[in-house]
Parts: sequence; C-alpha cells; structure tokens
Amino acid sequence: MTHPYLSLTDADRDEMLAAIGVASIDELFREIPTGVRFSRALDLEPALSEQEIVEHLERLAAKNVHTGVELSFLGAGMYDHYVPAVVDAVLSRGEFLTAYTPYQPEMSQGVLQAIFEYQTAICELTGMDVSNASGYDGTTVAADACFVAKHVTGRSKVVLCEALNPQVRQVVKTYAPGFGLDVVEVPHRGGTTDPDELRVAARDAACVIFQQPNFFGCLEPAPDLAAAANDAEALAVAHVDPISLGVLEAPGRYGCALAIGEGQGAGNYLSYGGPHYGFLAARSEFIRRMPGRIVGETVDAAGERGYVLTLQTREQHIRREKATSNITTNQTLLALAGLVYLTWLGPQGLRELGETCMALGEYAKERLGLPLLFPERATFKEFAVRVGRSGRDAIREARSQGVHPGYALGRDYEGLDDALLVCVTEKRSPADIDRLAEVLGR
Amino acid sequence: MKLIYERSEAGRRASALPTYDLPAVQVPEELRRTEPPRLPEVAEPELVRHFTELSSRNFGIDTGFYPLGSCTMKYNPRVNERVVALPGFRDLHPLQEEDGIQGALELEWRLQEILAEVCGLDAVSLQPAAGSQGELTGLLLMRAYFADRGELEQRRKIVIPDTAHGTNPASVTMTGFELTGVKTDARGNIDVEDLRAKVDERTAGLMLTNPSTLGLFDEHVEEIAAIFHDAGALMYYDGANLNAVCGISRPGDMGFDIVHINLHKTFSQPHGGGGPGGGPIAVRKSLEPFLPVPAIVREGDVFRLDYDRPRSIGKVRGYTGPFGVFVRSYAFIRAYGPALKEMSEVAVLNANYLLARLKGAYELPFDRLCMHEFVLSARRLKREHGTSALDVAKRLMDYGFHPPTVYFPLIVPEALMIEPTETEAKETLDAFCEAMLAIAREAKDQPELLKEAPHARPVRRLDEVKAAKRAVVKYGFEEHPDLSIGAAEATAVEAPKGV
Repeated sequence: MTHPYLSLTDADRDEMLAAIGVASIDELFREIPTGVRFSRALDLEPALSEQEIVEHLERLAAKNVHTGVELSFLGAGMYDHYVPAVVDAVLSRGEFLTAYTPYQPEMSQGVLQAIFEYQTAICELTGMDVSNASGYDGTTVAADACFVAKHVTGRSKVVLCEALNPQVRQVVKTYAPGFGLDVVEVPHRGGTTDPDELRVAARDAACVIFQQPNFFGCLEPAPDLAAAANDAEALAVAHVDPISLGVLEAPGRYGCALAIGEGQGAGNYLSYGGPHYGFLAARSEFIRRMPGRIVGETVDAAGERGYVLTLQTREQHIRREKATSNITTNQTLLALAGLVYLTWLGPQGLRELGETCMALGEYAKERLGLPLLFPERATFKEFAVRVGRSGRDAIREARSQGVHPGYALGRDYEGLDDALLVCVTEKRSPADIDRLAEVLGR
Repeated sequence: MKLIYERSEAGRRASALPTYDLPAVQVPEELRRTEPPRLPEVAEPELVRHFTELSSRNFGIDTGFYPLGSCTMKYNPRVNERVVALPGFRDLHPLQEEDGIQGALELEWRLQEILAEVCGLDAVSLQPAAGSQGELTGLLLMRAYFADRGELEQRRKIVIPDTAHGTNPASVTMTGFELTGVKTDARGNIDVEDLRAKVDERTAGLMLTNPSTLGLFDEHVEEIAAIFHDAGALMYYDGANLNAVCGISRPGDMGFDIVHINLHKTFSQPHGGGGPGGGPIAVRKSLEPFLPVPAIVREGDVFRLDYDRPRSIGKVRGYTGPFGVFVRSYAFIRAYGPALKEMSEVAVLNANYLLARLKGAYELPFDRLCMHEFVLSARRLKREHGTSALDVAKRLMDYGFHPPTVYFPLIVPEALMIEPTETEAKETLDAFCEAMLAIAREAKDQPELLKEAPHARPVRRLDEVKAAKRAVVKYGFEEHPDLSIGAAEATAVEAPKGV
C-alpha cells in the first residue's frame, strides 16, 4: 500500500529506477559500507491511520490538566493571555506555515515584509532602533545578549539580578563556560534590586540583566538600575514583558543598550512551554553585533520597494566561525503571531490590557487578604503572597478543588517555601479571583 | 504593497477586551510609559486582508515544489496541526504539577524512545530549540565530558570538514573550542590522510554531516570513527541530513556519540517561514549524565521530570523544549512506524532520479549515486554564457519553483544544491527537470532572460547591496526614507542562500 504522504506509484518507482540505471531501491544505498547498514526493521510501533493518530493523541492530551479545566493562576514567565482568532487564521495560511527562511526574497516578500513589520513593532514597544527576526525564547535571548556584550565591551563578567526568571538565569549559566563568561548574581532586597548594590557588582562587567517587571511581579527601579550599569560602562539589558509596555516605560527611554524578552504572552499559546518567540532589540550602534536574521528594506530592479534578509555578513552561513551567533532556524511563525496579536491590540488595546491586569492584580491582593511577600512594592500582573504553609501543600489543596493558585517560589528561592506567586491575566475575572480567595483562604 | 503601519488610522482597532468594574491602578510616575508605542491601528477586516495579501506574496510547500537543499522541505501533514491544537496540549502550562502533565511527559518520553531507536543511541534530550542549538548543546556536552575526565584544558580542537554547514564552525566558537578544518577528497569523502594528520591528544571531537552537504555518504565513516575514538575524542553527527538514512543506517552504528536531529526537517515540523524548529540530541550512555535538565523519565506507569542530575550541563532553553514541535513530529512518526525506512528510500530515489536527468546539462562535481540530495555546478553556464547559479535560481521562479540552495557547499563553485524530499510526485520532478533543462538552453540562447529574472514574481530582482548599505530595518513613520531615489541596478549577492 502506498503511504498517504508519498506520491510515487509502483510504476513510477520502476521507471525512475530504470532512468537511474539501478535494479532496485536497495542498490541506491550500495555506497553505504556493509558494516554500518542497519539490518533489521526499526523497532517502532506499527503505523497508525490519521483517525487513529487523532484518537491516540486525544487520549494523551486528556491526561493533561490544562487551563480550560482548572482555574489557573500560574504565570511565572508563561502567561495565559487570550489569543484572538485572527492569530490562528493567519498562522494557518500554508504560504506562511510551510515556507522556510526567506533566502530567495522574490519568493518570500510576504514573510519578509511581515518580519520587517514585526521588527518595527518590537522597536516601538522597547524604544530600540533595531530588532532581530526572533530568538528561540525568553531564555536564549539573554544568553545572546551576553555574547553581544562580551564582544562590545571586551569584558567577561555578566551580572544577573536574582529577581530575573530562574529559567533565564539557568540558561545563561549553561552557556557561560562556552562563551568564557563569569556569572555574578545580585540578590534582591525586599523583592527588587538595589541600584547601589548593582553599581558595585557592575564594575568590570560586560552587561547587567534585570527584569521589568521582575520574576516576583515587582516593578524594579529600572531607570536607576540602567544608570547603575551605565555608570560602570556595562551594557544595561532589560528583560521585559511585552504586555507591560503599554503602561511601563520603554527600556530605550531609560538608558538600556538592549531590550530582550519572552514573546509568548503576546500572541502564543502556552503549549507546555513552546514553541514561542524570544525578542532581542538594541540601539543602532550594536546593529553589526546582533545575532540572528534581520530584514531590511530595499528596492527591486524597477525601483519598487521590497524586503530582503540583510547584514548577513554577521551570520554563520557567510561568516562561519567569526559569526555573531550560530542561529539559523528561529521562531518566525511565532513572531508572526506576535505581530498579528500586537496589530489586533493596537496601542490603545495594549494600554487597556496592561491597566486591566494591574487592576485585577490589586483586586486579587485585597480579596485574598494574605500577607504580601513584598508589601512595599508595586506590581504588574503577578504578586507573591505568604500562605502560612508550604506552597506545595497549598497548591495541592487548591487543585483538589479545581483551582491552581500559582507558582511555589520555594522551587527556586531558599526561604520562600511558604510563598506563592499568583498571576492574574485578563482571562481571570473578579469572580474567578473570588473563587481563588475562597479556596486559598480556608 | 503598503506596510500595516501605512494602513493605520488613529481611532481604529481590531480588539475589544473584557472590562471589569474595578478601580484604576496607576503605575508609579517614574516608571510610567511616556509615549505610546506606534502599533498599527486597524479594524479586524483590514487586519485579515493585510496578512492574507502578504501570504499571497509568499511561497511555501503548499504552493509548490521547494527543493531547497539541506532544508528537507517535505509536505507537512495537516493532521499534525489538528492534534497540536488539542486544548490538553495547547493550553497546558509548563509549570503545571507533575500529575497534571502526564500526557505531555508520556508523549515526550515516547518521542525520546523513538529518536534513540532511529539514531541507534541510548539517551535523548528534547530540549534544544533548533539544530544549531543542538550543536551548541552537543559541544557543551563534550566540554562537560572532558572536564569530568580532567582533559578539558588539553582537548581544544574540533575537526570540521570543508563541506560543513556554517553553523558547525559558529557553534565551535560559541563553545570556546578551536576549529581545525579537514579537506574533502576526490570522491567527495573526508580526506582520511589529511584527517589522520590532524587528530591527536588535543582533539576533542569531529563534527560531521553524513550524508554530507554534497549528498554523499562518507564511505570511510568506520575508519574515521576509529581514528577519533583511538585518540580519545568524540564523534558528533549533524543530523541535518537524517532524512536520507532512517531505518537504513544509524548514526550510533556509524560510531557517532552525539547526534542532533532536526525535527523540522526529517520529522516534518512546518518550517513556518524560518521556524520554529526542534533540535533534540541523542547520546551514548557515557554522555547521558551531562544531558540538560530536567530529564524525562518513566517510573512504572508514571512519568517524571528528573532534576537530580548533578553532572548536567544545565538548561539550554526554557522548560522541556518546544513542545508543540514534539507533538507534530510524534504524530508524523506514528503515521509511518517502521516504514520510516520507506520515507528515506523514496527521498533517495527522488534525488537520484533528478540527478540522472540533470547531470548532462549541469556539471556534477562528484559523479556518484547520491543520497537524499545532490549538488550540481553552474560553472560551465557561467564560463560560457555569463549566467551564474544565482541567475538559474532566479529563472526557476518564473517556472513556478522555489530555487534550490545556491553557493553552498562552499567547495563547489556556482553550486546548486537540490533536495526533492520523498513527498513529491514524479510529474512534479519531471516538470522541474524540464524547467532546469530549458534554463540551461536559455542560458545559451537568451542569457538575458536569466540575468533579468525573475519576471513573474510580485517583485523583480532585489538589491541586497543597497539593503545592507542603508540598513533600514524598521518603519520610520513620517521620517521613513525613500530608497527608490538613486536606484540603479539591483545587485543580488552571490553568496550562500539556503541551509
């Protein structure tokens, strides 16, 4: 039987073998040494029909507890924001979905222009001059930023704020030995970073990475942190939540050299952690040190406007071992989702969304009535509370009533075993929050 | 065509958000946004029309044949899109507790088992986000492995053949190793004598794509593995070309210790205009302790995330990797089962058929049977008619085909690297051959047809030199420059396009 994904008939195969001048398919592999030919069948389960695939995967999916069946206040870097139908509609276009990197621009004006529009949106959000076409996620763009900073400054120390997402810090630490970097962490003081402490740590550093709002949801004194980095001539790198940038100042306007972040909350589903897009934007002076694809405007032979991959002498396929990064396949489709989403929101929608998340957050703090972990701090979208018992126990109890109350900070921070990080997006109504209060407060 | 920003009109919007009757909360003044981002302001109909029009100016596998060498542009089954959108996958938070992610972990565990079997290796981490990151992860594993043996200071060199993807040398630099090049011999294999002279106690390992970017299976792979293993070094397999050998020859059996697999190539994750991808790595038992955390393990009927791996290199990406990619690739593999071998067989049959039909009209630098792809040279056309590989590529667009990869691998002048994949019909392959043969004739009779191509795309040939010089990388609103001023001829760069 011919496999549904294959198009050759038996007669086709015979004709083609004859044209090649071999007697069998097996003969096509005669140059593979006998010693490395695989002599048995692959030990895999038998093929399934399409219907069986769907049924099998439906069974697996049913074993997961997703946000549609449990009222979830989990955030901690991945956010359950609403994804509008227009995102699905655009991403289902086969011309986008099944194309690859636009190496041949005359075949790929659609995706090239979309990336150019995406780069513009990221620059507008962050106040930067140049954005790449995306990085893998919000963790790897931080490692990318360190690599840029090392080459720009010639220094090998990088400073990470402890209130930076633990996943991001772990990835930077994993990359560090390869990059020849020493990683220094600056503790938080009551939920945010102390600029004076950071200024000292930033001495001789290539860069400083802080998160705004930080992992605890607290608003860092971001302009002061950037100034502390700049005082030490280290690059100030802000890891920002795109959803916050309708209400929070753009990093480019308070002295940052680079702005990076996780794009998931802006247009991508949770999808158990990926695929999503990371964004990386910089001031124009760093353009030739940027990692990844960049699309630029140009004209065609008739003088008409068009778009191409540009500044490719930075990249691995031209520059090889001297490249600014090894990245090739990136997250274009997810970045396209981000562009569609930001277009759907518009500037007004983005601001309203930020305001709604903040208002819901304050309502939740009040309704829960639990002691705040960092009562002095303003927060955005999420906040930490003490639950008077282990966070894990509180989660277990709440989940038995159909509510996931948040993230157990004890997973990453010593001494915070009794703390939960509670996230409220626009998808959690005041009534949902009331339900959380009922469950957590008992 | 207008940019979405040029369609923008103040006062329009596509979104209506839920409103809750709650008191407004102010951001502290020193942190407050001072000027709103100039995002597009359009209503929903305009939004959909804009992106639909953009899609009509793009070419994917769904549009037509896309023989971009080394990128494995095969058909992407639609059922994979259906299953990835199941709410149990799509709306699952990666930090959900373990009893709420059992289906996800089971899928990941099953995919690990499958990839280990296909690669002939012992353990798999799905975490890397793409092939390049798989390479970087593999090299970090080498660092950890040699550090554990007290040999890291000594073993600095990674050997890479001159046919390698650019990602290989870039990954070497990013992991603090030094690059040692090795030449290709007259049959397109690694030059074993050159290699032997370059491998010693300072060598950490080899990075090899097999079949190579020439589409050729290295006939000395066993000997090569012995050279490295005898020197105490490791063998890294760049799995970009795994589509040629599933069920036919396994990297582990060839002697490789670390393999990355491009899920977006061999296992049909749609390429998405440049991503997402997936770059899982498979390793031999001796390297397993160093794999990224968390490991996904099975204990009876329960699946667990294991962070207790003291010798792990750490994390290379958030959470457990690009899960949606895993769902699609897993569904793809389940549609084949052991018949993955037939997938590879047909990929190789299609490539050899094209090769047989085209090698008379274009130069073939290494006249052998190919694997899933092959490399021709347009050198003769250039010498005799002044038409380059780039011109051939641009002219192919007029015939309705996406061009092959060009100017790669670097050792073949005027290279055209062609990979049809297994999913194409013979009629498509024949039509492509007819186009390539017609273009070879046109090069002789009407070379300007090639040099001015494409003629039938939404834009004419684009000026890449001007783009790099002017570096206009975002819309400038009222200050946006007009690049058509002073337009002369459009210069497209003869450099690698593809891979």
